[in-house]
Amino acid sequence: MSLLEGVFKAFSLILTLDPNLIRIVLLSLQVSLLAVVFATLAGVPLGAYLGLKPPERTRFVSKLLYTLMGLPPVVAGLVIYLLISRMGPLGVLGLLYTPTAMIMAQFALAVPIIAALTMIGIRSRGKEVQETARTLGADRILIAWTVVRESRFAIFGAVVTGLGRVIAEVGAVMIVGGNIEGHTRVMTTAIVLETGKGNFELALGLGLILLLISFAINSLLYYFQGGGKDIVR
Amino acid sequence: MSGKEIILEVKNLSKVYEKEVLHIDQLSIRRGRIYGIIGPSGAGKSTLLRLVNMLEPPTGGEVYFQGRPISINVNGRADAARREMTLVFQKPLLFGTSVEENVAFGLKARRFAREEIRERVDILLGKVGLREFARRHAATLSGGEAQRVALARAVAFEPALLLLDEPTANLDPSNVELIERLIMDLNRETAMTIIIVTHNIFQARRIAQEVIFMHEGRIIEAGETEKVFTSPEDPRTRAFVEGRMVY
Ligand SMILES: Nc1ncnc2c1ncn2[C@@H]1O[C@H](COP(=O)(O)OP(=O)(O)OP(=O)(O)O)[C@@H](O)[C@H]1O
Ligand SMILES: [Mg+2]
Repeated sequence: MSLLEGVFKAFSLILTLDPNLIRIVLLSLQVSLLAVVFATLAGVPLGAYLGLKPPERTRFVSKLLYTLMGLPPVVAGLVIYLLISRMGPLGVLGLLYTPTAMIMAQFALAVPIIAALTMIGIRSRGKEVQETARTLGADRILIAWTVVRESRFAIFGAVVTGLGRVIAEVGAVMIVGGNIEGHTRVMTTAIVLETGKGNFELALGLGLILLLISFAINSLLYYFQGGGKDIVR
Repeated sequence: MSGKEIILEVKNLSKVYEKEVLHIDQLSIRRGRIYGIIGPSGAGKSTLLRLVNMLEPPTGGEVYFQGRPISINVNGRADAARREMTLVFQKPLLFGTSVEENVAFGLKARRFAREEIRERVDILLGKVGLREFARRHAATLSGGEAQRVALARAVAFEPALLLLDEPTANLDPSNVELIERLIMDLNRETAMTIIIVTHNIFQARRIAQEVIFMHEGRIIEAGETEKVFTSPEDPRTRAFVEGRMVY
C-alpha cells in the first residue's frame, strides 16, 4: 500500500465517523486534557513560587525540574505502575489498567514542564510585579493573581507545551493503561497496535487525527491569548 | 493638619547586605510636609524607602507609622499600615493592561465601589494630562507618560504617606514640571505627606520644605530646606549642595 493510498483510506475512516475511532479519540482527549488541567493546577503555583525566589536559592529544584522535563514516558509509566500495581502502595485502589492510571502517568509527565516553564516565565519580572502590587496595597491573593496574570503568555506557552507532550506520548499510557480495546485504548497506543498488525491506513488515520486535534487545541489557546499580540512590555 | 504631628518615625534602623548600607539612629517625619532626600549614589536613599514600605525587612531597628511599629504584623497590622502608604519606583512597572486599569489597581485592592473608581481614575488621568489615553495599553506609553500613570496610580487611593524614588529622573523639562506641580498640589490640597528622593538638588530646593542629606548609609544633616542649602553645618553637606561632591 502506498503512502497516498494510506492517507486516502485514513480520510475515509475519519469522514465516515467510524465508532471505534471516535471512542479512541474521545478517550485520548479526556485523559490528556484532564491530566493537563490537574498538572496546570499543580504546576503553575509551584512554578510561580519558585520563580519569585532568588534563582540562587532554587538552583537544585530548577535542575531537578529540567531533568524531569526530559523524563522518558516509559519511566514515568513504570513508576506509576509500581505505585498502583496490586503489590504497590496504592494497589488496593485497583487503578491499574484504568483511564485514571493513565491520567496519573500523564500528570507526572506534564507537571515538570508546566512548572519549569512557568518558573522561567515569571522569573523575568515577577519580583517587580510582586513588589509593585504590594506597594499598591494588594493582599496575598491579589498579588499572586497579578503575578500570574502578568505572565499569562509564558504560562499559556507552558500549558500548550505540556499538552503537546502528553497527547503525543505512548510509553506511559501503554504501561499503566494496557491498551485495552474500548477501555484504555488511546490514539497513540492504537497507532502502535495497528502498525504492528499491518493496518497502516488506520494507524495513519489516527496519526492524522492526532495532528488535527493538536492543531485545533493550539489554535484555540492561541486565540485565547490574543495571538500573543501584546506580548511587549 | 500640618504641624507637629509625627506620621513616621525611624529608630536605629539598619540594613546589612554584604556590609552595612544603612544605619539611621533617628528620623521623624511630620504629617503634611514634603521632604527631599538627597545624597550621592549608593548613599542608601532607595534602601531607606524600601525598608519604610516594608518591601524588605530591616536588619535591626524599627519603623513607626502613625505611632505603631510596622514590623510586627499582628492581626495584619503591618498590612493595614502598608495600605496607607505607597512607593513609586524610579523605573515604575506598569501592568500589562490598559492605562485606566493600572490607575484603578489600588482602588480595586481596597474594594472601592465601581462608580467611585471610575470617577477617581478620570479625575487623576485629567490631572496628569492623559485622559485621552485611558483605554490605551500601558505598554504603548512613552517613558514620561508611563511615569505619570504610575504617579496617578499611586495617589489614586490617597495614601497618607507617599514615597517617591527619583520620580523625574530621565524626564524632559515639561514632564518634570508637570510632576513637580502635581506633587505640590497634592500636598497642598490633601495634606499628603511626601518623601521624595532626588539626585537633583535644585528640585529638592524647589519643592521640599525639609531636606535630608544622606551619605554612606547615614543621615548627615536634616532640616528646613533653606537652612540646609544656605548654611549647612556639615562640610559634606556643604560640598554636596554646592555641587562639589564627586559622585
Ligand atoms: N539587594 C542588595 N544586595 C546587595 N547590596 C545592595 C542591595 N540593594 C542595595 N545594595 C547596596 O546598598 C547601597 C545603597 O543602595 P541604594 O540603592 O539605597 O542607594 P541610593 O542612595 O538609592 O543610590 P542611587 O542614588 O544610585 O539610587 C549600595 O551600595 C548598593 O549597592
Ligand atoms: Mg536609589
